[in-house]
Amino acid sequence: MPKVNINGQEIEAPAGMSLLQACELAGAEIPRFCYHERLEIAGNCRMCLVEWVGAPKPQASCALSVGDLRPNPDGTPANIRTDSPVVKKAREGVMEFLLINHPLDCPICDQGGECDLQDQALGYGAGRSRYEENKRAVEEKHMGPLIKTIMTRCIHCTRCIRFATDVAGVPELGAVGRGEHMEITTYLEKTLDSELSGNVIDLCPVGALTSKPYAFTARPWELTKTESVDVMDALGSNIRIDARGKEVMRVLPRLHEDVNEEWISDKTRYACDGLMKQRLDRPYVRKGGKLQEASWNAAFEAIATGLKGLSGEEIAGVVGDLCDMESMFALKGLLALLGSDRIECRQDGAKLESAVRASYLFNTTIAGIEDADAILLIGTNPRLEAAVLNARIRKTWLAKKLPIANIGPAYDLTYPVEQLGDNAAVVADILAGKNGFADILKKAERPMLILGQGALAHEDGGAVLKAAHDIADQFGFIKEGWNGFNVLHTAASRVGALDLGLTVEGGLEGLLKDAKAVFLLGADEFDAAPLKKSFTVYLGSHGDRGVQEADVVLPGAAYSEKSGTYLNTEGRAQMAPRAIFPPGDAREDWTILRALSDVLGKTLPYDSLPELRAKMNVTVIDEAPREGWGDFGAAGKIAKGGIQIAVTDFYGTNPIARASDTMAACRDAKLADLKEGTGTDG
Amino acid sequence: MLKDKDRIFTNLYGIHDWRLKAAQKRGDWDGTKDILAKGQDWIISEMKESGLRGRGGAGFPTGLKWSFMPKESDGRPSYLVVNADEGEPGTCKDRDMMRHDPHKLVEGCLIAGFAMRAVAAYIYIRGEFRDEADVLEAAIEEAYAAGLIGRNACKSGYDFDVYVHRGAGAYICGEETALIESLEGKKGQPRLKPPFPANVGVWGCPTTVNNVESIAVAPTILRRSGAWFAGLGRPNNTGTKVFCISGHVERPCNVEEEMGIPLKTLIEKHAGGVRGGWDNLLAIIPGGSSVPVLPKSTCDNVLMDFDSLRDVKSGLGTAAVIVMDKSTDIVRAIARLSKFYKHESCGQCTPCREGTGWMWRVMERLVEGRAEKEEIDMLLDVSYQVEGHTICALGDAAAWPIQGLIRHFRDEIEARIDRHHDRQAAE
Amino acid sequence: MSMAVKKTSEPFEFTKKNREWANGQIKKYPAGKQASAVMPLLTRAQEQNGGWLSVPAIEHIAELLEMPYIRAYEVASFYTMYNLSSVGTHVIEICTTTPCWLRGSDDIVAAAKDELGIGFGETTADGEITLLEVECAGACVNAPVCAIHHSYFEDLTPDAMRQLIRDLKAGKDLKPGPQIDRHTSAPVGGPTTLQDEGAV
Repeated sequence: MPKVNINGQEIEAPAGMSLLQACELAGAEIPRFCYHERLEIAGNCRMCLVEWVGAPKPQASCALSVGDLRPNPDGTPANIRTDSPVVKKAREGVMEFLLINHPLDCPICDQGGECDLQDQALGYGAGRSRYEENKRAVEEKHMGPLIKTIMTRCIHCTRCIRFATDVAGVPELGAVGRGEHMEITTYLEKTLDSELSGNVIDLCPVGALTSKPYAFTARPWELTKTESVDVMDALGSNIRIDARGKEVMRVLPRLHEDVNEEWISDKTRYACDGLMKQRLDRPYVRKGGKLQEASWNAAFEAIATGLKGLSGEEIAGVVGDLCDMESMFALKGLLALLGSDRIECRQDGAKLESAVRASYLFNTTIAGIEDADAILLIGTNPRLEAAVLNARIRKTWLAKKLPIANIGPAYDLTYPVEQLGDNAAVVADILAGKNGFADILKKAERPMLILGQGALAHEDGGAVLKAAHDIADQFGFIKEGWNGFNVLHTAASRVGALDLGLTVEGGLEGLLKDAKAVFLLGADEFDAAPLKKSFTVYLGSHGDRGVQEADVVLPGAAYSEKSGTYLNTEGRAQMAPRAIFPPGDAREDWTILRALSDVLGKTLPYDSLPELRAKMNVTVIDEAPREGWGDFGAAGKIAKGGIQIAVTDFYGTNPIARASDTMAACRDAKLADLKEGTGTDG
Repeated sequence: MLKDKDRIFTNLYGIHDWRLKAAQKRGDWDGTKDILAKGQDWIISEMKESGLRGRGGAGFPTGLKWSFMPKESDGRPSYLVVNADEGEPGTCKDRDMMRHDPHKLVEGCLIAGFAMRAVAAYIYIRGEFRDEADVLEAAIEEAYAAGLIGRNACKSGYDFDVYVHRGAGAYICGEETALIESLEGKKGQPRLKPPFPANVGVWGCPTTVNNVESIAVAPTILRRSGAWFAGLGRPNNTGTKVFCISGHVERPCNVEEEMGIPLKTLIEKHAGGVRGGWDNLLAIIPGGSSVPVLPKSTCDNVLMDFDSLRDVKSGLGTAAVIVMDKSTDIVRAIARLSKFYKHESCGQCTPCREGTGWMWRVMERLVEGRAEKEEIDMLLDVSYQVEGHTICALGDAAAWPIQGLIRHFRDEIEARIDRHHDRQAAE
Repeated sequence: MSMAVKKTSEPFEFTKKNREWANGQIKKYPAGKQASAVMPLLTRAQEQNGGWLSVPAIEHIAELLEMPYIRAYEVASFYTMYNLSSVGTHVIEICTTTPCWLRGSDDIVAAAKDELGIGFGETTADGEITLLEVECAGACVNAPVCAIHHSYFEDLTPDAMRQLIRDLKAGKDLKPGPQIDRHTSAPVGGPTTLQDEGAV
C-alpha cells in the first residue's frame, strides 16, 4: 500500500482510497459538502481542499486518490497538510463564498440545528461577512408532496442530483442554467418518480430540500430519538424515530451497511402521520350490529362469552403483516391454551412452509446481492416491494452491468431487465433449459433468483417454489459460501411467523372455512367477508379492514409504541424498542393477550417481556443466518398464466400507510403525473 | 521581423481562394504521404525539436503532449480533438485560419492524429462561427473526395476521419475537459483532473486536445523541419505566431509575426500604431482578456513571447493584444471583463460561481467610485480566494485582470473613490 | 433570455429532411454515444421551430437520442445560443465585451435600440426583430461587431448599424463582413505582410 504523510504522520492507505478518507484515517477532520461516500465524486464545493506540499495550489482531497500522489523528489511519501495557513485560508474563502448568497434565515429554517453549513461555518468560517452586495434569490421548485424546497439556500453541491441519477436510478433532477444562475430542479418541476425520494432531504447539507410534511413542526433538540427498525416492508431497515410527547414527528434512516446502507423508502419515512390517524384507542364491542365503546373488562367478558362452548379446533387466529414476534408468540400461546394450533400468517396465500428455513429466507443476504453476477426475478417487483433492496440491485448493476431477467409483468426497475414473459410457466422452461437465460444462469459464478410473493401466492405457488428450488439446485446456485435462492417477503412479520410455525394445512381459506371464532392480530390484508359467520376478535392499532366484521375490538400498539423483535426477509433478528406510548387505552399487544388469558382462565406463563422472550427463545444478534439447504415446494405442473404482483400500490400496503395523508398525497401526485405524462409523451 | 517566406498562413486574410486546388498551390497537402511514412516517432521528435508551444494560451509543448498518448491501444480508440471554441476576448485568429486557410487545419489533423495513433479528429468550433464552420466542413468534404482523409488517407494505409462539432455558446468549452464534456452531449462543465484526457478523455478514451493554430502549423513545420521553426523567435519561445491587435490602434488587424517581436514594433509596424501616437498609450492587455494588463511603461520594451510576458507578471495567452489609449476608462474596461467571466462561469464549483459575481459587483461600484478604499484590498483578497481554488482555470482568468488592474492602477481607483466621496459630501 | 422553458403544447417533430440530417449527425459519433449529437440537433430543432426551443422540441431531441429529458434540458439551458422563449424572425446580437466596447459598442447599442425602439432581450412589436447582447463574438480586430442570423457584420458605425436594421426591415440582402472599406481582418489600407508574391 502506498504511504502518505499527513500532518507529519506517515500512514499507509490503499491506492484507490480518496485522500479525504486517508486524512480521516490519520485523524484529520476534513470539512465537505459535496462529497458523500455513497455518491459519485463531484469535487465542486471545494471545501475539502488540502495542501499538497510542493503543488502549486491546494487540492480537492475528495477527488484525489492516494495512488494519484507522487512521492516527493527525494522519494519520501507525499506531504499533505490539513492544518496549514494555506488550508485555513482556503476553507475560510470557500465558506465565505458559500455564505454570500445563502440567506440568513436559520431561525426559520427546518435544517437549523442539524445543518452542515451551520456547523462548518462555525468550525471553519472566518466569523464575518465582507459581502455588501444584494443576495441572490431563487424561486422555489415544486418537487411533489414530500420534498419542500427553499432553493435560495441551495449551495449547488449536486448531492441530490447524483442520488437521483445514480442511486435511485431516476434521472429527473438536474442543474439548469449556468454560473450564478444555475438552479437545481426536477424536470419541469414534476414530482420525483422514486420510492426513495426522501433521501435527498437527508443528503442535502443545507435547508434547501427539507421534509414537507415535517415543515415547521419541531426543532431537532426537542425530539426524543429512538433507534428502531422499520416494518413498512420486510427489509428491517434501521431507522430512528423522532418523537415529541405522544407523537412521532419523523422517521429517519440509521446506517446499516448490510441492510439499508443509509437509505429508507418514502413509505418508511413518511407513513408516520398514519400513526395518529384511524387509531383504535379504546376497546369496542359489537352491539346490535354496531361497534360500541366498551371497558377492557366488558370487552374481555364479551370474548369469554363468544368463546363459550367452542372446542379448540373451532378457534383460529390470523396474524398480520406488521406484527412483532412477541405478540404473535403470545397469541400462539393463548390459542394453544385454548386447545388450538390453527393460526395462520399467510394472509396472501403464499405457498411457503415452515419446515426448511432456507425455503423462505433471502439466503444470499441483501449485501450479498453485490456479489451476484446474474439475477432472475420471479413474480416480484422489488422496486415497490422493497425499494431499498432494489437500489442495491441497481448499485450492483451499475458496478458490473450483470444480466438481470424477470418473469412476471414488465415494470421499470431503474436498471435494464430482460423480460422473459408474464407467465409463471417460464420458470419451468428455465428449469428445462428451454429458455436462453438458463444458459446465463448456468454459466454464472454467483447466480441468484428472487422469488416474490406474487409467484408464491399463485395457485401453482407450491410448484413454482419447487421449480425455483430445482433451478437453484441444478444450476449451481447452492455452493460453498453462496446460496442464490431467495424469497423476498413484503410483510415485516412473515419470517418471524414462519419461524413460529404459524401455518395451517389448507392455508387461510381452509382456516376461515371451519372456524367458529377467529382472533385477528393486526390482520387487515385479506377479504374479511368469510368472518361474517364467526365470532371475531380484532386486536390491532388501526380501524382498517380487519375491524369490519369484528365483534370485539381490542386497541393494540403500533410498531413505534412497543418493544418488539422482527426478523427481516433474510432472517436477521432485530429489536425495536418502544419510542412512544400507545394512544388512549391502547396497550402493548402481548400485555392485552396476557390479561385476556387471565379472564379466560388460561393464564399465559409470563408476567413480563423478558419472561416472554425467554420462553420465545429468539436470539437477537442482527446477523443474517446461513441456513442449510433441503427439499421443499410441491410437485406439480405450473399452468401458463400471468402473475399477480404482491404490491401494486406502494403507498397503501398496510393500515398505517393507508391511514397516512402523506401517502395519499403521494398516490395522488403519481396519478396526476401519469395522467399528464400520457398527454405530452404521446 | 518575419519574412513573408517564413509565414505559414499565407492566406490569412482570405485574399486568395481557400479551396483545395488553391491551397495545394500554396503548398498544403504537399508530400503528406511522405511525412506519414516517416512514422510517428519522427513526427513527434520533429515537433519537439520545433519547440512549438500550444497556441491556445497555456503554452504546453505540443510534441510532448502528443507523446503522452498511448503507443499501443488497450482496446480503446484514441482521439484528437481540436479546440476551435475561440472565445477569449481579444482573440480571433483561429477564425481566420478556418475560414481562409482550412486545409492547413485539416492536413494538420491527419498528421497529428496519425502521430498520436488516433482514429479520428473532432474539431469543436464555437457555434457562433457558423459561416466559418460551413467553410471548414466544405474543406473536409474536399479532402475526403480527394482521398486525403478517410480510408487510406493520402494513400498512406492509415484510416482517419475528421468531423466538425459545433458548439452553442459557452466560453468555458474552450477549457479542454469542458470541451470534452460538451462533445459528449453534456453541459460544458470542466472535469476533475486526474484523470487527464490522455488517459481518460472523450467517451472514456485517450484524447489530446489541441488549439487550431497548434495543429494548423504542424504540416508546415514538418515540411520545412523543426529546426526551421526553432530558428525563429527565441529559445523556448520559438516560431511564428498569429497576433490579434484590437482596441485603440489606428488599424486593428490579425498578423503572423515572429515570436518575441517587441510589442511596440508589432503595433506600430502592423496596426498603424496606437491611436494618437505611442505616448497616448495607457495600457495593453497582451494576451487575451485573461492575462493581467500592462501599463505603458512596461509596454515600451516588452517582447511578445511566453517568457518575457511571464517575467512582467502577465502572459502571452492567445497573443491577443488589446490596446487602450489614454481616453480609456480602464476600470470600466476591466469591469466589463469581470462581467464576461461572471456570465461565462459554468457554475459548477463554489469559488468561481460565487466569486465571479461578487468581484463583478464590486468592480461595478469601483467604476463609479461607490466604495471605500479598504474594498480595493478586499477585492484583491477575494480574487486570491478564487484564484487557484477552482476546478479549472476560469477562476484564475477572472481573478488576474482584476489583480493586474489593482497592481498598476490603484491610484486611479482611489482617486475615483475620493471624487465620489467629494460629490457625496457636496450633495 | 428567460430561464424557464416557456410551456407550450404545440407538438414538435423533425421534418423528414431534418430527420435524415440528424441521422447523419448521429453517425459522426461512436456507436452508443449518440448523446454527443444533442447540440447540433437542438440547434437544428431551434431553426425548424422559428428560432427557439419549446418543451416538445427538447423532448423530441431527447427521445431521438435516448437521453433523459432533464439532461437535454440542462444542455438547452446552459448554452446561450439556445432560446428558451420565442424570438423575432430576425435576431440581432451585439457584442459589448471589452474589445468591442473600446471601439464604441456603446454607440452601436444606442443606435440599434433607438432605431428599433426596444432594449436588449426585447422583440419589436411586430414580432420581427429581437435584440440581444452577447459576449465576445471572437472578431475583435473587426470591432465593433454584431451578428444577424449568425453572420458577422463588422467594423460597425452607428450609421452602419441603423442602415443594417433598415435594410433588414426592408427585406434587403445584407452583406456580412466589414461595413467599411477593408478586407476581412487585414489592416485598413491593405496588408502589411504577404506582399512577396513569390513567397505566397
